[in-house]
Amino acid sequence: MRYLPLTNADRQAMLANIGAADIDALFVDVPDAARRDGTVDLPRHQGEMQVERQLSAMAGKNMTASTVPFFCGAGAYKHHVPATVDHIIQRSEFLTSYTPYQPEITQGTLQYLFEFQTQVSELTGMPVANASMYDGSTATAEAVLMAHRVTRKSRAVLSGRLHPHYTAVIENLSEMGGFALAQPDMAPQGAEDLLALIDDDTSCVVVQNPDFFGNVTDFTTLAAAVQAKGCLLIVAVPEVVSLGLLKRPGDMGADIVTGEGQSIGGGLNFGGPYVGLFAARDKYIRQMPGRLCGETVDADGQRGFVLTLSTREQHIRRDKATSNICTNSGLCSLAFTAHMTLLGGKGMRQLAELNHARAVQLADALGAVKGVEVLTPAFFNEFSVKLPANAAQIVDALADKGVLGGVPVSRLAPHAGLDDVLVVAATEANTENDVAAFAAALTEVLS
Amino acid sequence: MSEKQTFTGNRGLQLEEALIFEIGSFENCGVDLEDVPQVESRLGDCAAQGDIDLPGLSEPEAMRHFVRLSQKNHAIDAGLYPLGSCTMKHNPRLNEKMARLPGFADIHPLQPQSTVQGALELMDSLAHWLKTLTGMPEVALSPKAGAHGELCGMMAIRAAIEAKGELATRTRVLVPESAHGTNPATAALLGFKVDGIPADASGRVDLAAFKEKLGDDVAAIMLTNPNTCGLFERDIIEIADALHEAGGYFYCDGANFNAIVGRVRPGDLGVDAMHINLHKTFSTPHGGGGPGSGPTVLSERLAPFAPLPYVEKGEDGLRLVENNGDAAHNPFGRMVAFHGQMGMYVRALSYMMSHGADGLRQVAEDAVLNANYILASLKDVMSAPFEGPCMHEALFDDGWMKDTGIDTLDFAKAMIDEGYHPMTMYFPLVVHGAMLIEPTETESKAALDLFIATMRDLVRGAKEGEVERFKNAPELAPRRRLDETLAARSPVLRWQSPEAKQAAE
Repeated sequence: MRYLPLTNADRQAMLANIGAADIDALFVDVPDAARRDGTVDLPRHQGEMQVERQLSAMAGKNMTASTVPFFCGAGAYKHHVPATVDHIIQRSEFLTSYTPYQPEITQGTLQYLFEFQTQVSELTGMPVANASMYDGSTATAEAVLMAHRVTRKSRAVLSGRLHPHYTAVIENLSEMGGFALAQPDMAPQGAEDLLALIDDDTSCVVVQNPDFFGNVTDFTTLAAAVQAKGCLLIVAVPEVVSLGLLKRPGDMGADIVTGEGQSIGGGLNFGGPYVGLFAARDKYIRQMPGRLCGETVDADGQRGFVLTLSTREQHIRRDKATSNICTNSGLCSLAFTAHMTLLGGKGMRQLAELNHARAVQLADALGAVKGVEVLTPAFFNEFSVKLPANAAQIVDALADKGVLGGVPVSRLAPHAGLDDVLVVAATEANTENDVAAFAAALTEVLS
Repeated sequence: MSEKQTFTGNRGLQLEEALIFEIGSFENCGVDLEDVPQVESRLGDCAAQGDIDLPGLSEPEAMRHFVRLSQKNHAIDAGLYPLGSCTMKHNPRLNEKMARLPGFADIHPLQPQSTVQGALELMDSLAHWLKTLTGMPEVALSPKAGAHGELCGMMAIRAAIEAKGELATRTRVLVPESAHGTNPATAALLGFKVDGIPADASGRVDLAAFKEKLGDDVAAIMLTNPNTCGLFERDIIEIADALHEAGGYFYCDGANFNAIVGRVRPGDLGVDAMHINLHKTFSTPHGGGGPGSGPTVLSERLAPFAPLPYVEKGEDGLRLVENNGDAAHNPFGRMVAFHGQMGMYVRALSYMMSHGADGLRQVAEDAVLNANYILASLKDVMSAPFEGPCMHEALFDDGWMKDTGIDTLDFAKAMIDEGYHPMTMYFPLVVHGAMLIEPTETESKAALDLFIATMRDLVRGAKEGEVERFKNAPELAPRRRLDETLAARSPVLRWQSPEAKQAAE
C-alpha cells in the first residue's frame, strides 16, 4: 500500500523489539465482544488511477459554474481566484502544518494570521479581528453568544433579512443553549422596526449587509439607537467583496462584525470549506471566540508572533471557555490573505466596482423581461426579482437550458410565502454575454 | 556553531521577511482586472468614503513573500510531527487533485439538485464508508471540525433527552479528567453541568468512581477512546451498559479513531454518538489549523434527531433534505449554512478508497505498532506513567527529569534544534509534565529509529547536566523562544502604521 512505509520485515523486527508475539497482542485491551477478525464489508485498496477514474465519474455528473451562465449567490459567490493563490496554499509547509502551538517553528503561519487579522480589521473598520471561524453562519452565531456574555443578557433580535441558514444556525444554538430570539417576518422590501423588538433582556440586534435579498443599508442610525438601549449591533457580511465599495460596518458603529470570506481566495466547493470572519471593538477582546495571533519579541529581541490570550480558549479554560472552537479555517484564511495581498486596497475597490457594474447591467436586463420586477432599489452585486410564476420551477427550467439562474427564496425559506421571489448575483466572473444569455433564457421560459 | 551576524539578518537560505504592510504599496496590484463598465451607481446611501488602506503586491513579490514565510514552518512533508492526539499523518496529493476537480470545486451549494447528482453521490458514498467503518446506522456530515462534531453529537443527545421529557432533570455530563478541553467546553455551551471522573492507576476511567456518579440526572458521558493517555478503555462496554441502564447517552470523542479504524467498530462498544476528524484519521491536511471536518455518527436511538441537511434516495436520484418541513424524521436543527465541508469529503473518500477495508485495518495496526515501538525503545530512559501496550500514542511524564534542572518545555524546545516538531506537551492533565508522542503509521522504521536515537541522546544530555542545551533552546530555529507574557499583557493584534502608532500614544 503506497501510503504505508513499513515492510513485513520491519513489522516483525519491531514486534520482536517490543516483545509482542503478534499485532493482536497490542490490541489486548479491546474487549472480546468488540474484536473483529476479518475486514469490514467495504472494497479493497486501489491505485491512484482507479480512484481517480471513479471520482472523476462522479464529478462529471455535476454542472459546473465556469461552464454555464452562472448567477447563484445567497451566501456563496463565484469569483476569479488568481492561480498564485492555489499554489501558495499547496506549499507543503502551509498545507501540512498543524495549528502553530510551537511558535519558533511556525512563524510562517503566525505571520500570515497577523496579516489576515489586519486585513479583516481594515476591511470591516473594526479595531480587532480573530484568526478565523468555520464560516459566516457559525461566526454570526458565535457573535450572538458573545453579545450575551458581554451584556449578561440572553435574547437576540434578528433581522428578517438575515440569510435563512444563518438564522437557522443561531436558532439551533440558542434553543440548545437556552437563549431567546425575536425576528420579524421575512420581506424583500420595506422598513423593519427592529428597535420595537428590543426588550430588557435583549443583548444584541443582528443585521446583514448586503441583506439576504441584496438590499444595502447604512445602519449608522440603527447602531446608535440599539446602543442607546444597552444592546450591541452585530453586522453580518456574507459577501466580503462588498466591503470594497460599501461603507464599512465599523464606520456605521457596529460592535461586532462577522463575515463569510469565501469570495476572497476561496472557491464555491459546494458550500465548504469556507472561512468565517470575526471582528469586534477593542474592549471586547477578552470575550472573543477563537484564536488570536499577537506580536511579541523572542529571546534575542527579534519581532515574532504567537497565539495569544488563550486563557479564553477551551484547551485552557475548559467549561469556562468563550467557545468550544479549536480547529478553524487556517488554510482558507491563508488563501484570503494571499488573494487580498495581490489585490491590495486599490484592486479590491476595482473588483467591487466590476461586481456592482455587472449586477446593474443584469438588473436592467432582467427588469426588461416581461413579467419580471426588480425588487431591490439599492444593491451591491445581488438583488431580488419577483417572477410571474414559481421561482424554483423557473430555475429548474433555466437549468435545463444550461443557465444557473439564481437561488429561489423557497429553497431556503419554504414557508415564507415568497415562492415567486428569486435572488440573483452577478460578479466579475460574468460576461456581458452571460447577462444576455440569462435574459434570453428567462424570456423563453416565461413565454 | 557560527554566531556570524549578517547585514540583512538573513542566515543563508533562512530569509527574514517583513509584513506586507511594510513592503507593499497602495498603488500596486497583482491582479489585472477589466475596466469597469460605466453604469449609474445603485449603492444608495451606502457607498464607501475614502480608500481601502491596504497595500497590494505584484505577483512576483507576493509569491516571494509567502514562499519565504512558508520556509519558517515545520510540516509533515518535511519531517516527523509527533503531536499526540493530532494524528499528523501523510496527506496524499491525490486527495488534493480530486478535491480540485471542477465537478466538486466549482459547484454552488444551492444550484438545482438535478445538476449536482454526482456531488450528492459523493456525500452518500462517504456516509456509507463512515457508517460501515464505525458500525453505526446514521451520520451527520455537516459539522465543520472536531469540536463542531462534538457539539452535533451532544445536541442530538440533548434532543433525545428533550423528546423523553427529561430535559429539566438530566443536567449533568460526566467528563474524565483526561478529556480534551473541547469536551467540557461543548457540554457547557449546551447548558450542561460538567462533572469530572478521576482516572484509576492504569490511566483509565475509574469504574467504581464512574458508577458512583451515575444517577437519573446524568445526561451523558463524554469519553475519548482510545483515551488521551493512549490507552484503550478496557471497561468501555461495561461503562456503556451501566450508563444506558441509568438512562444516559454515550458520547465518544473520536479524535483517536486512527488507532482502531478497520479493527474495532464503535457501534460494537455501545457508543451513541462519535465525531470523526476527517483531518486526522482520514488524512485531510491540517492546513496550519484547519479547515477540518467532523462528521458525527449516531446510534439507532439518536438517528431520528440527526441535523439538516442530509442525503436520501428520492424518486429521481439522490435528494438533499434541507428544511424541516420536508423531513421524514425529527432533525434537531442546522449546524451550519449549506452542507458542510465538501472539499474535505472528497479528500477523505479519496483516501478511504485508496486504502480500502484492508488498508485501513493496516493503518490502525501500523499506527499502534509504531507507537509501541517508541514506547518500548524509550521507557528504559524516560518514565512511562502507565503499563503498555499503548494504542497509537505513547505517553511519558517528567518523573525522569527530576534533578536535571530542566522541564518538559525545555525538552520540547531542544527537540526543535534537532529538527523535530515537539510532541504534545502538558496534556493530558492527569500526568505531570506530560509528553504525548503520536508517530502515526506513515513513518518508516528508519525515521523512527533516528527519532528514538535523538530522544535518547537528549535524555542522556539532560541527565548529564547539559542544561544549556535545553534552557537556551531553540537556538537554530527561525526564532528563539517568544515572549508570550508580553503578547498577552498588551495585545498587538494588527499592524499599525508608525504614524497611527504615534498618534495613539
